[in-house]
Amino acid sequence: MNNGKKWADLNWEEKREERFKQWLNPPVTFSSPEAEKSYRERVIRFIRAIKLEEPDRVPVMLPAGNIPAYLAGVNLKTVMYDYDELRRAWRKFLHEFDTDTFIGPGLILPGKVLEAIDFKLEKWPGHGLPDDIETYQFVETEYIKADEYDKLIKDPSDFWLRTFLPRAAGACKAFEKLPQLTAFVGIPVFYVAHFADPEIQSAFKTLMDAGNETMKWMAAVRDVGQESLEAGFPALGGGFSGAPFDMIGDMLRGTRGIMMDMFQRPDKLHEAMERLVPIALDEAVAGANNSGCPIVMMPLHKGTGGFMSNKQYETFYWPTFKKLLLGMIKEGLVPMPFAEGNYEPRLEIIRDMPRSSMIWWFEHMDMARAKKILGDNACIAGNVPVTVLCTGKPQEVKEHCRKLIEVCAPGGGYILTGSASMDRGNPDNLRAVMEAVKEYGVYKK
Amino acid sequence: MAGNLVNLLADLQDKEVLELVQQRLDAGEDPLKILEDSRKGMEVVGERFAANEYFLPELVFSGDLLKQVTEIVKPHLTEAAETKRIGKVVIGTVSGDIHDIGLNIVDFMLDVNGFEVCNLGVDVPVETFVDKIKETGAPILGLSGFLTPAFEVMKETVEAVEAAGIRDKLKIMIGGGQLDDDIRKYARADAYGKNAMEAVALAKGWVGA
Repeated sequence: MNNGKKWADLNWEEKREERFKQWLNPPVTFSSPEAEKSYRERVIRFIRAIKLEEPDRVPVMLPAGNIPAYLAGVNLKTVMYDYDELRRAWRKFLHEFDTDTFIGPGLILPGKVLEAIDFKLEKWPGHGLPDDIETYQFVETEYIKADEYDKLIKDPSDFWLRTFLPRAAGACKAFEKLPQLTAFVGIPVFYVAHFADPEIQSAFKTLMDAGNETMKWMAAVRDVGQESLEAGFPALGGGFSGAPFDMIGDMLRGTRGIMMDMFQRPDKLHEAMERLVPIALDEAVAGANNSGCPIVMMPLHKGTGGFMSNKQYETFYWPTFKKLLLGMIKEGLVPMPFAEGNYEPRLEIIRDMPRSSMIWWFEHMDMARAKKILGDNACIAGNVPVTVLCTGKPQEVKEHCRKLIEVCAPGGGYILTGSASMDRGNPDNLRAVMEAVKEYGVYKK
Repeated sequence: MAGNLVNLLADLQDKEVLELVQQRLDAGEDPLKILEDSRKGMEVVGERFAANEYFLPELVFSGDLLKQVTEIVKPHLTEAAETKRIGKVVIGTVSGDIHDIGLNIVDFMLDVNGFEVCNLGVDVPVETFVDKIKETGAPILGLSGFLTPAFEVMKETVEAVEAAGIRDKLKIMIGGGQLDDDIRKYARADAYGKNAMEAVALAKGWVGA
């Protein structure tokens, strides 16, 4: 590896080169020499965009969310419960659409598993939402109370197991009764005895069964992933992460809770966010190692322009988020935040990062301004309006793409994609994106 | 003294607000007057929000503070506090969508600007909107939606209002996450509002306030 240098001795760019090499050479047998050639071309297209160089043409992340289910004549509910249908729908999509990167069905969560563990954090079609709805949705509430920060700060693993998990999944309710499992006294019977509790045993049994069910779902996801690589379509999602503020605000305290905390217990909030940074970093690295792709998707929520001021963003949101980003970059990863809402007020703040180290994907954004302020620092991606993708005509989609390419493509550092993903609608609108990029997005040598 | 409570609340000085409310009650002052000052304080919060001085955290915090003030004052009230309202608005997040952050900001801003708001919450069935408009006679309907499925459901909701024969007297505004003016046209609503202040401006325009 890299002239025999040890991993720890490599700088971030050397580490990233190693990861890029891995991404360029996935452990698969390509279905044809053309597939292999296209695969490399596609990956290189993204790598050059990330490095703020001009590729052969603008790379595309096709804004396809759950639409493969609908194009296969089924719906989200069906593919959440029937893994054969899941496999069939995504394979069909794979073979019918041209794209630079293929998004597998890894985010189509298995309904049976969610039911088995009685998962409280999501509602999905047929389970709290109408049968024919095309998205599952997060259920936000105060899962932990304001006075429970100390438990999280003291021992996040213990907090997760005995406080959060029993509330997030009904099947894990009995974990509340577990003792502290970090038993440094060393006498095993003290903690082993608790595993005799029938409710705790039943919780573990449920998790074991749910684990087996998850493996069935995973096999389908893996089949599709494998097939897409073999066909020459690289994966782009090398893992998932987010901002510590959102991890606490979305999942633990809720919007109302965390905003009260900003006034009433700012120190606890800061301490808790700091505590999450190394944990989230390990998680991101593990995800990327496992997938062989260094790009880590990071959906961002509560730091958006309408939600908080720049001062609040710089005080509460950015510091731990930046720390996590820098940690990921140092490990050779490429963070790709998806900035939901309006991130325009943040452009000057977020440009304070190593040059060409990440991809910023924007939802509502004046992309000309983003290009001007951020363009010499980071690769930008976005933002064909999802409203046009879902309800417009192919020609309108194409026109939006053309304008975006005109503004964002010069000099490289741009990925064409949607402001969000399309779950339903006219598939020709997706084809129009590829058509547009081939027509308008080719860089002249 | 009165001006003081308005300013303290607007500046989110929670301890001082609660102390002053208690002092004024102890001094035997009309509790309705205290509530009126608090309402004025919230109006200033709303103005600062509209001017991008305050954001969501301040709204949440001031809302909580107002709740505390009301709880202290309530036992002292002999008659119900009634504020003059400039119009009624029915709002809610459309069926199949469970997001309410934006919805609640709109509720807050309409409320501090003098509207009587009937907030139906999230995942509101089409018929519930229709029934509520008939029941309240509200001239304005605000539809909120965060996700792409809302595009279609907004259209269906507007169609249901048309089918119920109450569309003529009704103004419909939409807003939320992924929406824009294209969806306003698609759903045949009257207006799209980018944020809560636009919702207030639209509603005021329609009631002629």
